[in-house]
Amino acid sequence: MTLLDAEGLRTVYGDGCDRCLDATGDRAGTNQCPHCGSVVACAEADLTVRAGEVLGIVGESGSGKSSLAEQLALERDPDAETDGVVRYAGHEGNLLDVDYETRHDLRTGDIALVHQHIRDGLNPEFTGGGNVAEKLLSAGWRSFEDVRARVRELFEATEIPVDRMDDPTSTYSGGMQRRVQIARALANDPELVVLDEPTTGLDVSVQARVLDMFRRVQREKGVAAVVVSHDLGVVRLLADRTLVMRHGRVVESGLTDRVMEDPHHEYTQTLINSVI
Amino acid sequence: MTVLSVEGLSKTFDMHVLGDTQVVGLDDVSFDVREGEFLAVVGESGSGKSSLLKCLYRTYDPTGGRIVYHGADELADGDAGDGIDLAACDDREVIALRDATIGYTSQFLDEIPRVPAVDVVARPLREQGVPAEDARGEARELLSRLDLPEALWEAYPATFSGGERQRVNLAQALSPRPTLLLLDEPTSALDPETRQAAIDLLREYVGEDTTVVGVFHNTAVIEAVADRVVVLDDGKLQRVVPVADFEGEVVG
Amino acid sequence: MTDERTADDPVASTDGGTTVPTDSVDAVLDSLDGDGLSGYNYAYLDEHTKREVRRATLKAVAVPGHQVPYASRPMPLARGWGTGGIQASLSLLGPDETFKVVDQGADESVNAANIRRLAENTADVETTTDTTEAGVVQTRHRIPEEVLTDEQILVLQVPITDPLRKVDSSDAANRRRHAHKNYGKMWVHLYENVVEWGEINIASRYPTMVAERYLMDPSPIPRWDVPKLDDAENLYVFAAGREARIYAVPPHTDVEPLAFEDREFTVERFPDAACHACGSTDTYLVEVSEESESPQTTREEGGGEAADSSFETRYACNDSSFCEKRREDSDIPKDHHLDREGVDWGPGTPDNEEASSGGAGE
Repeated sequence: MTLLDAEGLRTVYGDGCDRCLDATGDRAGTNQCPHCGSVVACAEADLTVRAGEVLGIVGESGSGKSSLAEQLALERDPDAETDGVVRYAGHEGNLLDVDYETRHDLRTGDIALVHQHIRDGLNPEFTGGGNVAEKLLSAGWRSFEDVRARVRELFEATEIPVDRMDDPTSTYSGGMQRRVQIARALANDPELVVLDEPTTGLDVSVQARVLDMFRRVQREKGVAAVVVSHDLGVVRLLADRTLVMRHGRVVESGLTDRVMEDPHHEYTQTLINSVI
Repeated sequence: MTVLSVEGLSKTFDMHVLGDTQVVGLDDVSFDVREGEFLAVVGESGSGKSSLLKCLYRTYDPTGGRIVYHGADELADGDAGDGIDLAACDDREVIALRDATIGYTSQFLDEIPRVPAVDVVARPLREQGVPAEDARGEARELLSRLDLPEALWEAYPATFSGGERQRVNLAQALSPRPTLLLLDEPTSALDPETRQAAIDLLREYVGEDTTVVGVFHNTAVIEAVADRVVVLDDGKLQRVVPVADFEGEVVG
Repeated sequence: MTDERTADDPVASTDGGTTVPTDSVDAVLDSLDGDGLSGYNYAYLDEHTKREVRRATLKAVAVPGHQVPYASRPMPLARGWGTGGIQASLSLLGPDETFKVVDQGADESVNAANIRRLAENTADVETTTDTTEAGVVQTRHRIPEEVLTDEQILVLQVPITDPLRKVDSSDAANRRRHAHKNYGKMWVHLYENVVEWGEINIASRYPTMVAERYLMDPSPIPRWDVPKLDDAENLYVFAAGREARIYAVPPHTDVEPLAFEDREFTVERFPDAACHACGSTDTYLVEVSEESESPQTTREEGGGEAADSSFETRYACNDSSFCEKRREDSDIPKDHHLDREGVDWGPGTPDNEEASSGGAGE
C-alpha cells in the first residue's frame, strides 16, 4: 500500500523567476539561480513511500535533502516558497495545503519527525518521560497511569534506562536524548517517521546502537520511515531504497545496495568512491 | 523443474569517474538452475562470479538479458508458471522477493557493532516475525552446528577472527531458510574442520526446498556439496558441467 | 473613618519624593472633599475609555475564557496594584451601585480602601464590606465565601493573563496554541507535577478549561475557590491593567480545572483546623502568627524560650467580612441570603465532604 505519494516538491528561498528551474540543478551545477539570485533548495522531486518501507535520502549539505524531508514531515518554513503535492493514504487532497489543525493532528498522530537538532525536538527542562508523554497528552490521553505505562514501554523499546524516566532531559547523554526523540516520535504509533540526520552529534559507537535500535523498532512496528543523512553508512544500514540528491534535484534512486554498489550517476559514483 | 533461468545476462559498468570507460562484467550468460540444486560458480578472479550473484540479487542492475525466477510464483503478476523476471521487476518487487524467498550473503560480514552474534543470526527471523526467543533458539542451533564456541554467542562479531565471522555470516544467511540462497565465498576463511561442518550444514539445507547458487574457490567444498558447476571466464559462460565431470580441473 | 485616612495616608507616602509641607497637603486634600473633583469625569475614566473597556468586557463575555485586548489606561496607582480591576469596575459602576473591594479576603487593606474611596469620590457609589449587599465586587486573589447571585459581578484583578506562560514564555506561540486549543504543553506541566509530587501541586493560578474551549488563568485565587467558577449564578470579569487583557466567565459556564482521570483536582484541606475567631471549618483558612495576649497560656512546659512562646500559629478565616458574620452567628451557611438552600459553592465542610463530593462533578 502506498502511504505517501509526493509529486513536484519544490522549495525556493527568494523571489524566484521564470528561469530558476532551468538555470539550477545538477546540469547547471548550482542551486542558485544566476538570473534572480533565488536559491532553489529542492525542485522536481517525486517520490513514494509504502507502508513499512524505509526510504533514504543522501546528499551533501545544501543538496536539498533536508528541505525535501521538511516538506514530507509537513514542517513549514515561513521564509520559503513551496510547491508540490503530497498525497497521504486515508486523507483527502494535498497535505501541503491543509490547515493548521489538520496538520497538527497529522503530526501528532500519523507522521512524526525526529529533528536533526535535539534542541528543536525536546524540551530539556522536562523530564525524559515528560517529553515522550507530551505526544500522548497532545493526542488526548488523560489517565496518568496509562501515560506512565506507555512511556515506560517506549523507554524499554528504545533502550533507555527506565529508572532515568523522571530525570530532566538535560541530564541525559546525547545518545539517550536521541532515543527520547525517537520514543517520542513513536509514541502514538505513527505510520511514517521522518528522521533528519539521526546521527548528528553522536559518537560513532553510540550512532551504531541508536541506528540498530531504530531499525529493530521500525521493523517490529512496521512503521515506514524517511531517513535523511549525509552519511552513506546510515542510509545503507536503514534504507530499503535510496534517493541521491544534488543541487536541489534527485539525481539517482534505487535499491540502497544497488545505489551503493552499482551507482549509475556520475555524482553518485564520486560520492561512493569518496567514502570507500 | 527449473527454479531459475538465466537468459543472455549482460552487465556493463559505465565508469564516469574513470573518464566514462565501460567495463564489461558479464557478457551474454545463460544457464538454468533446477529446484533443490546446488550450483557452484567458479572462475578466475575478475571472471564475473560476484557480478553474476549480484545481478541475480539485483545489487547490480543487469544491462541486458532475463533472469526468470520461478521460486515465488505467488508474487508474480502474470500466469503462474511464467515466473518473475528479476532483471526487469521494479525495486519494490525485488524487496518483496528478498524478504520472502531470496537470501544473499557476501564473503564479508556487514554488521553493526555491539550486536551479539546470536542476535545477528536471529535478525532475519525476527524481521520475518518470529518471536525473539524462538529466533534466538534457532540462531544458537545454527551457530552450534557451525562449531562457533558457545562463549562467543553473546559476544560482538566485530571482535571475531575471519573464520568466526564467516560462520556467523553463513548462519545468518541460512536462518530464514530462503528458497533461493546466493552465497559469495562463504567458506573462504574457514579452517578444514569448520569447513566440513559448513559443508554438512549446507548439504542438509539443499534439497530441503532450498536452491543454492554459490561462488566457491575450494575444490573440496565444491566436490562435497555441488551438483553442477558453472565456469565463467572473462565475463562469459565457459560451460556448465555436472560436478563429476568437474573433478580434477584446476580452479583459479 | 474614611476621612481620617484621606488625611493620613498621603503624608506617610512622601518618603523619597519632593518634600511637601504637611499643611499644604492637608489643604489640597481638604479641597477634594468639596468640588475639587469637578474636573474629573464621572467614575474617573473618560467616556471613551469606559466604552472601550465595556466593549472588551462584552466581547470577553461572548467568548468565555478568551483573553480580549483593550486599551488599558494609566491609573492613579502603579501597574500591578489592581489597575485592570479598577478600570473594569469603574466602567461597570453606576450611581445606584453598591461596591465592595476585597484584597486577599480583607476589606481593610490599604489598597482595597483606596480603591473603594476612589469609587466613592468619583462614581458617587455606596460602598460596603458585606458581600451580599454589593452589586460589583472587586477582588484580588479570592472569591468570597458567600454565594454570589445573578445580580452580582465579581471583578478579579489579574497579574498574569496567560496560563501557558508557565510552560512557554512566547506569547505569540501561546496565542497560536489558544487559537487551536493546543494545550499539550500544559498537560506535560501537570504530568511533571505529579511525577515530582505524586499529585498536582499547583497552589494558585490553577489552569482551568472554560466552556471546553479556552484554557484560562483564574488569577491567583487558591484552588479552594476554583470550583466556584463552574456553573455560577454571577458573572466573573478578569482584568489585567499591565497586560491590557480582559476575560470573563459568564453565568452558568462550564469551568473545569485540568486534571488526570486518575489524579483528580483537589482543593486545600485544613484537617482538624477551625477559624480561631468564628470556629468555622468550611471556609478557606490561613495561618496567622500572632503575639499571644497572655504569655501564661503557653502550653509548652518549662517555658525556657520566652521569645518563641510569646507567638503562636493559629488558623483564621481568610474572608474577613464573612468571618465577622460567623462570629455573631456561627451557624449561618454560605447561602444564608438566598431563597434556596443547599446551593453548591466551593468545598463543603470536612464532615459533609463525602456527601457534597458526589454532586461536585455534575
